[in-house]
Amino acid sequence: MGLSNVSVLCYHINNESGEAMRIKNHPILTFQPKEIINFVYNGQAVHGLEGDTIASALHALGIKVLSKSIKTKRPRGFFCAIGNCSSCQMTVNGVPNVKTCITKLEEGMIITSDEGLGVLK
Amino acid sequence: MIEQDLIIVGAGPAGLSAAKVALEAGLRVTIFERGVAVGGQLVKQTHKFFGSKEQYAKTRGIEIAKILYNNLLPYQDHLTIELEATVVAIYHDYVVTVLEKEKYRKYKAKAIIIATGASEKMLGFVNNDLPGVYGAGAVQTLMNLYGVIPGKEVIMVGSGNIGLIVSYQLIQAGVRVKALVEAAPNIGGYKVHASKLKRLGVPILVSTTIKEVMGNDSVEKAVVVSLDENWEMIPGTERVIFADTICIAVGLSPLHQLLSMLEIEMRYIPELGGLVPLVNDHLETSMKNVFVAGDVSGIEEASSAMVEGSLAGLYAAKELKMPHHDHERLERDLHAQLTNLRFGPCGLKTRNGIKKLKESGPC
Ligand SMILES: Cc1cc2nc3c(=O)[nH]c(=O)nc-3n(C[C@H](O)[C@H](O)[C@H](O)COP(=O)(O)OP(=O)(O)OC[C@H]3O[C@@H](n4cnc5c(N)ncnc54)[C@H](O)[C@@H]3O)c2cc1C
Ligand code: FES
Repeated sequence: MGLSNVSVLCYHINNESGEAMRIKNHPILTFQPKEIINFVYNGQAVHGLEGDTIASALHALGIKVLSKSIKTKRPRGFFCAIGNCSSCQMTVNGVPNVKTCITKLEEGMIITSDEGLGVLK
Repeated sequence: MIEQDLIIVGAGPAGLSAAKVALEAGLRVTIFERGVAVGGQLVKQTHKFFGSKEQYAKTRGIEIAKILYNNLLPYQDHLTIELEATVVAIYHDYVVTVLEKEKYRKYKAKAIIIATGASEKMLGFVNNDLPGVYGAGAVQTLMNLYGVIPGKEVIMVGSGNIGLIVSYQLIQAGVRVKALVEAAPNIGGYKVHASKLKRLGVPILVSTTIKEVMGNDSVEKAVVVSLDENWEMIPGTERVIFADTICIAVGLSPLHQLLSMLEIEMRYIPELGGLVPLVNDHLETSMKNVFVAGDVSGIEEASSAMVEGSLAGLYAAKELKMPHHDHERLERDLHAQLTNLRFGPCGLKTRNGIKKLKESGPC
C-alpha cells in the first residue's frame, strides 16, 4: 500500500491532541524543530517527528491503546518504554509482535494493532 | 560468527564505563544496546546528580551520558557499538545471540560483561493493565527523550527519589500532578526534592495507596484509599481523583534474565531489589569470565554503576591476560570510591544487601 492512496481521514487526530501532547516550552530541554516523518496507522496517514520511536509518535497523536490483549481483548498501551515488558507490541510492515517503544519511526512505515498471537511465516 | 575479546550487554553508565577501561587495556570490544541511544537511564535524566566529583556530581544525567560516550571516541578502531540490538540469549560456550533489525546474529566472546540495568516494578490494583498506567521511568523517557507528555493530569505512586524527581519533571513539562501517594507513613526520598513539590502545591498523601483505576479504553480516574499502621486499607476512606495518567514509582528490580539463562548462581536479596548474581571480589559471576556491573547486580545509582563498570572492565582485561597498564592503582582507587559511595545512612541498605549476599554461601 503506497502512501498516496491512503486517506487523510485522520487529520483531526493530528490537529487536536497531536500538537497538545508535544512539549513546546521547557525550562531545561530544547526541542529543535524536527523533520516530519509520515507513516500509516491502522490505515490512516499520520505523522511523527524525526527521532521518535513508533510508540512516542503514536502517543504524541493521543493514541494510547496500541493493541488488545490476546484472550480477553482488553486494551493494551505501553508501560516501560525501554523494551522490557512487551506491552507495546504492534505489527510493523507486516511483522507482528514488534516492540514499538524501542523501534525508530521510519518514513512510510505501516503500523497496525496486533491481532491475536501473529503467525510465523 | 564474529569473534571479539569482550562483549558488553547494555550501554548504560555501567556498560560505557566498562568499555573505556577495557579499551584502554587494548581489548577489542563490542557493546550491544537495545535502545536507540547510548546512556541507559542517564539519557532521560535532566536533573543534576548528587555524589562526588569523580562521578560527575552537579552535572545533569544527559550530559554525563555524553561525557561517557566521548571518552570512548579515541578507541574507535577497537570498538563497535550496535544500537537497536537486543541480546536475546547467551550460551555456556560464550556465544551471544543478538536480534538486530529482525535478524538473529551470533557473536562469540572471550569475556562478557552483563550490564543490563533494571526494570520497573509493577503494583497490584484493579485495572492496572489499562493504558495510561505507566512506569515512572517510561514517563521520563517519553517526556525528556521524545518531548511528548504522557497526559494532562497525573497521579504519582511512590515517594522515593524517582517519584519525587519525575513529579517535578512532569510539572516542568506542563503536566499537572494531582497527587503523590505513598503507602508508607513517611516520604521516602530526599527532603530537597519533596520540598520543591510541596512549594508547587502538590498534595503528598502518605499512608495512602491506589485501589483501583477506571476508564473506558484508558485511565480516566483513580480511587485512592488510606492505609492503617499494618498497611491494610481503611474502609470508608476511599476517594476519587480524576487523572488520565498513573505513574508507578515503586522501585526497580535487576534484569537478571540473561544471567538466569546461563544458570549463574543467584540469590533473592530484597535490599538489592530482587534476584541478584553471586559475585567474587572481581565482579565475576559463578561462570568464568562472565562479569556483572551496575543495577543488574543490585539496584543502586549511576555513580556506583560507573565505578562497578570500570572495575568489571579492569578485571575482564586481567583475566584475558591483557592487564591495564595502571591496574593496581585503578583497582585501589575504584574500590575506595565504591566504599565511599556506600558509606553513611544512604548506603546502609546496599551494605546490608551485599553483606547478606556474601553470607549466603560461596560462589
Ligand atoms: C528518575 C531517576 C533518577 C535517578 N537519579 C539518580 C541520581 O541523581 N544519581 C545517581 O547516581 N543515580 C540516579 N538514578 C539511578 C541511575 O540512573 C541508575 O542506577 C543507573 O542508570 C544504572 O546504570 P546501569 O548501567 O546499571 O543500567 P542502565 O542505565 O539501566 O543501562 C542498562 C542498559 O542496558 C540495556 N539493555 C538491557 N537489556 C539488554 C539486552 N538484553 N540487550 C541489549 N541491551 C540491553 C538497556 O536498554 C539500558 O540502556 C536515577 C534513576 C532514575 C530512574
Ligand atoms: S513498553 Fe515495555 S516493551 Fe515497550
